[in-house]
Amino acid sequence: MTLPLIVYRSLRQHALSTLITAAGIALASGLLMCVWMVKTQSQAAFTQTTTGFDAVLGARGSKLQLVLNAIFHLEASPGNISAADAEAIRRHPMVKSAIPIAVGDNLRGFRLVGTVPELFTQVELAPGRKFALQPGGRFFVPEAKEGVAGSFAAQRLGLKVGDIFRPFHGLSFDPRAEHADEFVVTGILAPTNTPMDRVVWIPLRGLQTLGGHDPKAATDVSAVLIQLRAPTGGFMLDTMYNKQGNRLTFAYPVGAIVAELFSKIAWFDRVLALVAYLVALVAAGSVLASIYNSMSARRRDLAILRALGARRRTIFGAVLAEAACIGALGAVVGFAVYGGLFYGVAHLIRAQTGVVLEVGAGHPVLWICPLAMVLMCALGGVVPALKAYRTPVAETLAPLS
Amino acid sequence: MLSVQNLTKSFVSPEGGTVAIVDVRDFALGTGEQLALRGESGSGKTTFLHLIAGILAADGGSVRIDGVEMTALSEPRRDRLRAEKLGYIFQTFNLLQGYTVLENVLLGMSFGPRGADRRHAREILARVGLGHRLNHFPHQLSTGQQQRVAVARALSNHPKLVLADEPTGNLDRKHARDALLLIREVCREQGAALLFVSHDEEALAQFEVRRDFAEVNQATREAGR
Repeated sequence: MTLPLIVYRSLRQHALSTLITAAGIALASGLLMCVWMVKTQSQAAFTQTTTGFDAVLGARGSKLQLVLNAIFHLEASPGNISAADAEAIRRHPMVKSAIPIAVGDNLRGFRLVGTVPELFTQVELAPGRKFALQPGGRFFVPEAKEGVAGSFAAQRLGLKVGDIFRPFHGLSFDPRAEHADEFVVTGILAPTNTPMDRVVWIPLRGLQTLGGHDPKAATDVSAVLIQLRAPTGGFMLDTMYNKQGNRLTFAYPVGAIVAELFSKIAWFDRVLALVAYLVALVAAGSVLASIYNSMSARRRDLAILRALGARRRTIFGAVLAEAACIGALGAVVGFAVYGGLFYGVAHLIRAQTGVVLEVGAGHPVLWICPLAMVLMCALGGVVPALKAYRTPVAETLAPLS
Repeated sequence: MLSVQNLTKSFVSPEGGTVAIVDVRDFALGTGEQLALRGESGSGKTTFLHLIAGILAADGGSVRIDGVEMTALSEPRRDRLRAEKLGYIFQTFNLLQGYTVLENVLLGMSFGPRGADRRHAREILARVGLGHRLNHFPHQLSTGQQQRVAVARALSNHPKLVLADEPTGNLDRKHARDALLLIREVCREQGAALLFVSHDEEALAQFEVRRDFAEVNQATREAGR
């Protein structure tokens, strides 16, 4: 009871500095956990987000651009490929399914993607998991002016079954670039937690023949999403298109190509982590400064405790425990900081890319980081604890008579 | 109970010389005895009490408390002996301002072998008339009440010897008399020996046995303090 009482009373006596120091630690701890979790989760989410496809075939150019455009619905399309090229790969014996897509238009900032109904009826997003519609909807008919909205896009655009919309030309929203063609919403997709949630899907033919599009390119597609029968097929097609051919790009495997993106921006992670480590170091330093600066005010109390029979090591332990408690308090509040920050970042990433980060997901960093903060703070308490350890009792208690 | 032999303590003066503060050849106090030591300010009596309590290390000599040689003990064992066998009442009370009355008394017991005994702490606080002030902080009490907390704390660990260093110095005449009566009564009840040091003649007059510290301390005599 003695040590907890001494620690508790000391924390109460210096409540303001305790709270300010703990707040600094909470910020450091929350920031560290958030940086780490966003980094690991977004890396995992982006590299695992293949939406069920193994590869993408598109115009000659960057594989990363092709994947970002066709799978993540980010970036501009590197160009079109002909219907013949799309048909050729569809018929290739190593290809299980090939879904053509066409991009180039938007609905008030959300991408409009033309595709075939087989995307929804044949493709599995993950093994055993196909696209599903929210109640009351149906997929579009290929020749009709119909559309199916991803869950996030529908929510943001306020779309519901039966609504009529007009697409806008280009990937960026320009109110003056509205097409005259009208489409009817026939269904809203159930959330897939993939970038597909941010897309409004219409029939391939519907997008290709929108008013204002070049009639000569009316059969072209932007890319073909491919599921392979076996991984060996991927290497075979890679050789065929990328090494032997020079007109098209075969992006395979999708996950590895996205991972390249993360290796390119790894320096940014390192800068963020470095900032977070520095904040943690400053927080531990603030514990040291906070307790050390209050040592003059504590000297008398410590001397009284020593006069009552407290050993030097008890006093040392009490100061160390106090520093650790400040760290623990900061670490606990740090979870709230982490939760808030992570929620905000996850929301932003979902809004921008459709990739979902799990706020409640576990990771060793969620216990390693708070524990490290407590240990660092305890370490910061060593210097003031040594000062407390050396408090001269007789000198402090009373002048010589 | 207490036996002091050839106890010496010197300090280095600002000029660099050595100043002998305590030089006590022979001093003793029996179990349950109450003795008042008369001494002027600067006579070394607080240093003498600090040496007995093991708060200061002596340059030489012997301090035996309840048969245990204090000067031969390591610092942690001196701390333990102090927590176990001694009660100390300071002139300025030295209460812990951030702790409640009850917590002050509990801490007085915490470092001894029995540990903090909440029931006993309440009892002893009731005995000194503060049973209704357990959760008050020292600054919420009058000076006399603070003195009583200090008495309760000093006696809370069932000490064999109570050292009282000018315990009435900060009190007015009436409160000083009351406080001294209380200290003496409670020591008697608990069978603790009491060594009381003061320069207040009125307080000293209440003791049947009194001695001049100058007689006890060679250093005071030699320095003419």
